[in-house]
Amino acid sequence: MTTRWFGAPVQRVEDDRLLRGHGRFTDDIDEGALECCFVRSPHAHARIKSIDASTARGMPGVVAVYTAADLPFGGLDLPLLIPHPNLTHGRTQRCLASEIVRYAGEAVAFVVATDRYAAEDAAELVAVDYEPLPVVITPEAAARAEHLVHDDVPGNIAAEMLQEVGDVHGALASAPRRKQLRFRYERGAASPMEGRAVWARWSADEHKLTVYDSTQSPTSIRGGLAVLFGLPESNVEVIAPDVGGGFGPKIMLFYPDELLVPFAAMQLGRPVKWTEDRQEHFTAVNQERGQVHEVEVGFDDDGRVLALSDEFIHDGGAYTPYGIILPIITAAQVPGPYRIPNYRVRFRDVYTNATPTSPYRGAGRPHACFVMERTLDVIASELGLDRAEVRRRNLIQPDQFPYDVGVAWQDGNTVVYDSGDYPRLLDRALQMLGPKPAGDHVGMGLGIYVEGTGVGPYEGAHVQVLVSGKVVAATGIPSQGQAHATVWAQVVADELGVDVKDVEVTSGDTRRFPWGVGTFASRGAVTAGNAMYVAARMVATKARQIAAEHLEANPDDLELVGGRVRVKGSPDHGIPLAAVAVLSNPVRYAFGGGTEAATQFAAKPRTGPPLQGGEEPGLEATGYYSPPGSTWASGCHAAYVRVDPRTFRLEILKYVVVHDCGRVINPLVLQGQIEGGVAQGIGGAFYERLAYDGDGQLRNASFMEFLIPYATEIPPIEIDHFETPSPLNPLGVKGAGEAGVIPVGAVIASAIEDATHIPITEMPLSPLKLYELTMSSS
Amino acid sequence: MKVNGVEHASARDPRRLLSDHLRHDLGLTGTHVGCEHGVCGCCTVLLDGAPVRSCLMLAVQAEGHNITTIEGLTRDGQALHPVQQAFHECHGLQCGFCTPGFVMSVVGLLAQHPNPTAQQIEEGIAGNLCRCTGYASIRRAVKRAAELSPSPRSGERRAEGET
Repeated sequence: MTTRWFGAPVQRVEDDRLLRGHGRFTDDIDEGALECCFVRSPHAHARIKSIDASTARGMPGVVAVYTAADLPFGGLDLPLLIPHPNLTHGRTQRCLASEIVRYAGEAVAFVVATDRYAAEDAAELVAVDYEPLPVVITPEAAARAEHLVHDDVPGNIAAEMLQEVGDVHGALASAPRRKQLRFRYERGAASPMEGRAVWARWSADEHKLTVYDSTQSPTSIRGGLAVLFGLPESNVEVIAPDVGGGFGPKIMLFYPDELLVPFAAMQLGRPVKWTEDRQEHFTAVNQERGQVHEVEVGFDDDGRVLALSDEFIHDGGAYTPYGIILPIITAAQVPGPYRIPNYRVRFRDVYTNATPTSPYRGAGRPHACFVMERTLDVIASELGLDRAEVRRRNLIQPDQFPYDVGVAWQDGNTVVYDSGDYPRLLDRALQMLGPKPAGDHVGMGLGIYVEGTGVGPYEGAHVQVLVSGKVVAATGIPSQGQAHATVWAQVVADELGVDVKDVEVTSGDTRRFPWGVGTFASRGAVTAGNAMYVAARMVATKARQIAAEHLEANPDDLELVGGRVRVKGSPDHGIPLAAVAVLSNPVRYAFGGGTEAATQFAAKPRTGPPLQGGEEPGLEATGYYSPPGSTWASGCHAAYVRVDPRTFRLEILKYVVVHDCGRVINPLVLQGQIEGGVAQGIGGAFYERLAYDGDGQLRNASFMEFLIPYATEIPPIEIDHFETPSPLNPLGVKGAGEAGVIPVGAVIASAIEDATHIPITEMPLSPLKLYELTMSSS
Repeated sequence: MKVNGVEHASARDPRRLLSDHLRHDLGLTGTHVGCEHGVCGCCTVLLDGAPVRSCLMLAVQAEGHNITTIEGLTRDGQALHPVQQAFHECHGLQCGFCTPGFVMSVVGLLAQHPNPTAQQIEEGIAGNLCRCTGYASIRRAVKRAAELSPSPRSGERRAEGET
């Protein structure tokens, strides 16, 4: 293959319409849709004694008010997406609660009206009589089980899992040095700039449901809706149009609105739309990161880790719709890039009266990285060794791949790192970081991580050369800003020998490609990228076969270059790809596009029927890629920060990233992913803490108080890449979407501790938190 | 009110937000709504040339004023406005949801400071949230936009450059 487009900093094809204000986000779609508003529980835990919607139903503009009793699926538990044998007490919520609410923000009723203003007015008049129940809010309180979130879940424990590699007890007992540590991470929120939204239309004539959904997984939404409403999948279309950021929680399957909006559209015979507001986004959309870790580490006098035991509690929230993927990832990722000969990890996934959890960019990894990196800093401090040197002594070496960690991974396999060069990451980062800037209260922070990316099971792609010579390609997974339309075009253009501008990609539209899984877990480039490669190669093979007949040449002697299929070594002897597309269909209609060259009267007559032995019309193919296992990206971040001793403001003086995600499709897009990830990591480390009070009320459910960084908080990030290609897939790529965020908490903690000499064992921090820690340590 | 140079009828409901009026009554959906409490800046439009948050204004408050939205910066089929072009060249957008707000803020910034200093750029974009880019590419885009923008009075440009 040529590598003309792969690896080039191709500017994005998505930009033009987005910059002109012609993007198409779900709330932009109207068609006279009715608009909706939820009635949500103000209590974190309460029994519903009664619901009276009669006044609301009589309000001007109100078309319908639904409670659980009004829904044919009102008594149905929503799906548990990923069951697991260790999830012994999985619980999911119902579409609308009618008996017990278990978090503030849980949906109770749904109002449909002529516009949003009328819907909100009416929602206030739905009278719900609640009997408050005791609230369990911290993971520690949940584990103590003084109160239960679910009556039938003893100890509030949804799942428990123990894994051990080696003999941790023995290794700890014989280790020259031991240390017990405790680390705590609190909840944060992904907060994409566009909240969630769903629009639906039911066509009674065509018996067809069309849904626009700001989702990361339209194919799965389609499958679920087809089952729920008893429709063939071909009668359900789900489109993720432009999606204004996702970062994880826009894949849940199902949020209540994803059922209620289509249901209302079918019931009422009119398009229906629901658009979330920011306040409800804070409590109605899944969150993540709450964990408490108790670590015991055994090490030698050189700083080598001999054994690590980690017992942690994962704050699952009120329900477990996403199974136990998060704590499984954390458990798998604690060892990171280090050789831990004896590793024992046990987690308990506990219920709390807070919003359910599901992956948010990083998904269990920032906390895992925090635990390991903080532990290594403690070892360095205990031994008076350089922090980088302690890491160097424990890193897995480049000749040790594939490296089997021996614990369970999220795809059901065990964790096996495919490739990497971790010492090089560290050395390069230190080189880029350079000497410490002068001045007081300046600290250095360091963190190395690995990231399992590109999980299966599969993605697919369809590629077709049109008779115009243009190429269309489609895959099931939608983009939330990752430039799918640009990077897939690069992959396809290389295989078909066309200009990248001649490839038009559609992603996340089940009308164009009905199969697939979703955009999550840094998997798009690996799964859909390789599926595009597979499908495009199938098309190229077909093009060579058709052209060979026309050119009276051997297919193996042909190449696709410059929009033509031509004989290698004699570039003038060829045929335009457009003409091959015409030839591919025995009914050779077309306007222009090479019909003269393709007419059957000009070509050598073919004996037998026009389509022979399994031939299909059209220069197109559908291909799939299913990874044998995850690809493991890696990186090292290092920073100098200054902490103002009076205001406890954080000033990041320098921040460097060295990153390895295998072969890079588009360095421009990759840089954006890393820069954005680091910014989100800085937010998660020092600004963004979801502040729940003891009653389970989120006290900072607005951008006034939940502080997403502005430009003023984010320093320039210096980035370097190198490539250790993945041996597991044809393109040699690994995922990059989550990488930037993973080690930032660990790096910031390490730097602040270095600057202030205050032990940092929790995340997120804030100026106030640093002040409190300073006061309590002095 | 005049929107993108065209006179439009008043909003039908006195409590209608300017952002809702633009989006849902006039169909100008390029103006986005990210928080509805004036923090994210996604809904930024120009009111008589100055950036304002359209989610913090009632439509009736805009009566008698000139509003410019993202759709008003250039016409279909015509080249991008220099600020839009700069965002494209510098990969200053990913999901594109905050982008119209940023672009309008930067248009306002460059009207005031055609050749902004690093500090002026920082302040000029510090009222808009972006969750995708980490802002680095947006800073680059603002610098590039200043280069691409047609030179105003050359004296002012030089004076700005000296600050």
